[in-house]
Amino acid sequence: MPKFRPSRLSEISRNNRQEIIKARLSRRELFRMGLITSSGYLVHKSGLSAWADGGCNPGECRPGCSPPTIPFVDPITFPPLLPERNPAVDPAFTFSPPRAVPNRATNPATGIPFEGRTQVHQFRDRFPPQQFFATRMRPNFNATFSDDPRNLARIGKNLIWGFNRGDAAASDVAVSPGPLIAPRYGRPIVIRRFNELSFDTRGFGVPEVSTHTHNFHSGPDSDGGPCDPTTGGESTDPFKQGRFFFIGQFYDYFETMARAGFDTPQFTATNGDIRETLTTLWYHDHRVEHTAENVYKGLVGNEFIFNDFDTGDETTGFRLPSFFPYPAFDLPLVLTDKLFTPDGELCFDTFGLDGLVGDKFLVNGKLQPFMEVKRRRYRFRVLDGGPSRFYELFLTNPDNLNQRIPYTAITTTDGNLLDDPIQVQSVRLAVAERADIIIDFDQIFRATGARTIRLENRLEQVNGRAPTDKILPAGDGDFLMEFRIAGNTPAPDASLSPAQMIANARAAGKECTFAPICTPPRPTDNAAAKEDRIRVTRTFRFERRNGQWAINQQFADCTRFRFTIERNTAERWIIQNNSGGWQHPIHIHLEEFQMVRRNNKLIRRGDIEFGRKDVARLGFNEEIELLFRFRDFRGGWPMHCHNTIHEDHAMLLLFQVADEGDKNRTP
Amino acid sequence: MSAMTRRAGLAAFGVATIAAGVAAWTRKTSSHSNGVDAPRSRMDPRERLQRYHLPNVELVTHEGKKVRFYDDLVKDRKVVINFMYTNCADGTCPITTANLVQVQKLLGNRVGRDIFFYSITLSPDQDTPAVLARYARAYDVGPGWTFLTGAPDHIERLRKALGFAYADPVEDANKTNHVGMVRYGTEPLMIWGAGQGMANPRHLLTIFLWEFDRPLRGKGLRAPVA
Repeated sequence: MPKFRPSRLSEISRNNRQEIIKARLSRRELFRMGLITSSGYLVHKSGLSAWADGGCNPGECRPGCSPPTIPFVDPITFPPLLPERNPAVDPAFTFSPPRAVPNRATNPATGIPFEGRTQVHQFRDRFPPQQFFATRMRPNFNATFSDDPRNLARIGKNLIWGFNRGDAAASDVAVSPGPLIAPRYGRPIVIRRFNELSFDTRGFGVPEVSTHTHNFHSGPDSDGGPCDPTTGGESTDPFKQGRFFFIGQFYDYFETMARAGFDTPQFTATNGDIRETLTTLWYHDHRVEHTAENVYKGLVGNEFIFNDFDTGDETTGFRLPSFFPYPAFDLPLVLTDKLFTPDGELCFDTFGLDGLVGDKFLVNGKLQPFMEVKRRRYRFRVLDGGPSRFYELFLTNPDNLNQRIPYTAITTTDGNLLDDPIQVQSVRLAVAERADIIIDFDQIFRATGARTIRLENRLEQVNGRAPTDKILPAGDGDFLMEFRIAGNTPAPDASLSPAQMIANARAAGKECTFAPICTPPRPTDNAAAKEDRIRVTRTFRFERRNGQWAINQQFADCTRFRFTIERNTAERWIIQNNSGGWQHPIHIHLEEFQMVRRNNKLIRRGDIEFGRKDVARLGFNEEIELLFRFRDFRGGWPMHCHNTIHEDHAMLLLFQVADEGDKNRTP
Repeated sequence: MSAMTRRAGLAAFGVATIAAGVAAWTRKTSSHSNGVDAPRSRMDPRERLQRYHLPNVELVTHEGKKVRFYDDLVKDRKVVINFMYTNCADGTCPITTANLVQVQKLLGNRVGRDIFFYSITLSPDQDTPAVLARYARAYDVGPGWTFLTGAPDHIERLRKALGFAYADPVEDANKTNHVGMVRYGTEPLMIWGAGQGMANPRHLLTIFLWEFDRPLRGKGLRAPVA
């Protein structure tokens, strides 16, 4: 491949761009003419390209070096549902029946224990599993991000890691995002995950895994955390490692499908506080030190939990758009951004410390797909899959950029139901945050006449450290996908409009629209019940020292817990970012929190952050106050930055929950 | 379960992927093994990592020996790499060096046998081999840990390639603010991590062993592959 000096070429390209700008062609017009991609890179035409042949060196992995691609040529795809299995007869279970105690017998075929788990499932006797699932993490060497021949010629087949539907047969190939798990409250589940990855990684990825179910109220045995000193973390014997597991092992994850509070006096009888119902979760790899590359390689998927109110059926309960029969009108949208080498290979900079922003945008693993939609309401579960990019999501009519197209958020930015749906122009998502949104395409069509609407990220972000917080003009952001509104008449729709839901709840005198799943009362300093009373206020300052992340001036340590929380008590946490150059989505495992204030500004009902959350988006020089209850389980969990590159390097601490806690205010 | 036959144990898993794991360890490079149907022939990933992150620059050891960074120090090895300078007064280097001395002691005689430590000076003009040798003696550094100096442009290239530079040039120019991370990895597996040099040495030991002691290479999947 010929090699040119990148600086000179980009200068030529810049000059070309300047000339185009002088000719009064807007970005938008260039886009229409096919001269610029939605990512802002000039399309490869003679003398015009910032990429060209050799604008980047062969094998180079940085923004601007991915090959140009044509957007909106692939139909969107949705992951399959993970099928239920019968452990009595299914070969994924019969060789080692699913038990609360891990199977640590040595597998003669591998010489290491069958199961990677070392801890007993907590509360399994109380919540006997009723549903069993299996899935296998496998490499897929033939993954495509676009099946359009023009794009395939530039970005061909690639290796990804994903999850399959649980069959041992090679024909059950792994996909990313992995199969969607759709359990229901009251029906405890076991998910058996097999590690069938390989060391043939093509340059990044570590085939040892720990699958975290993000936002579920899990014991440490099933949380899928990064490290834990009580599972042999300090041991030199790798066979004692209990948190991540090796090729040739499986790991049984148990989810009680009970709500938080189930082991407190107030909520024992009801198996938890119904107001702690979780809705939109996701699972992803959490291999300590290597989470970013493994998730980026594809180890990610959705888990949506249904209940007697949010039923998945638009004719019952809250009457939200139907999930069943899947795929119907309640669908996942997993947003990720990627980098490719000029020769079209998915790449990741394992030597970078700042964070990684891609120049190619994927939704559910496809490059800027399109989706044909009916004239009715849809519920989308939008996830910022990282590794480092934040989004501000708008709906844009490409033919009339001045139109403002609102939509409705029904959850906080961590996928838990708000008290009342709120109409928004945009939603900001940091890495790992989720938003459930309702888009009414019939209403949009009637209001705008548009047949084409695009999901656009208008938040400027030029590096992995943080977004700039600048909102770009409509059409100048990155189009993530295109909705094509079909039909000359409205489509059947038994779901209720958000306005109707609110009106019905008011008429019935309900406490909130999604009653009984209303935001629980906040813990207070003087509450009568122990689990409602704030026992200690702790402050965590997120810092950087000589290029190393620190929390309260201390560094990551997998060999000890930094502090101990007393089980079934409440705490107030103040988290601080002393930097004007970095932002951190701070994620805390085990329990959700309520955000009380951001920079001394109270979060009020009607704000999208008013409710239950598990990620606190810590902006430039911000201070955020959080209130938690830590209930039910005993053991160790992490708090970490969910910019996964920051997390790996290693903006992370471990805490534990025990029957007696400490009062360390700056742990 | 101990009566489980090898065949039955393997049957629960995808056998091919297990074999591939072992194969990757022993192969010099991992290209052309997986049927990736690229539109053009893609660069071998190990070669790509070498080219962009592990430059084969010439360096001089604290014993005065000339070495090539990739060929002589990193290739086919498990390594731990950091940057320091002997008159570093900001606390980062002394603490990191002392930490790594602790880690080295905990690793026993493995350092120099199957794990190699490298500390590269950020002050190549001052830190001659003799100065580095004195520094190593002062910290009671054991065998298998090499301090390195060299031409300033070689050191600079290495620093940037290994990810020890800041994107902001002003921040990057301040040597007292130098990146205190410790890079570690297994070159033939193309796995690279980074720990905090000032972290608890037992934590560093732990994350290093998770990298260097994976069971696949040990008594686990021991099938030899030519």
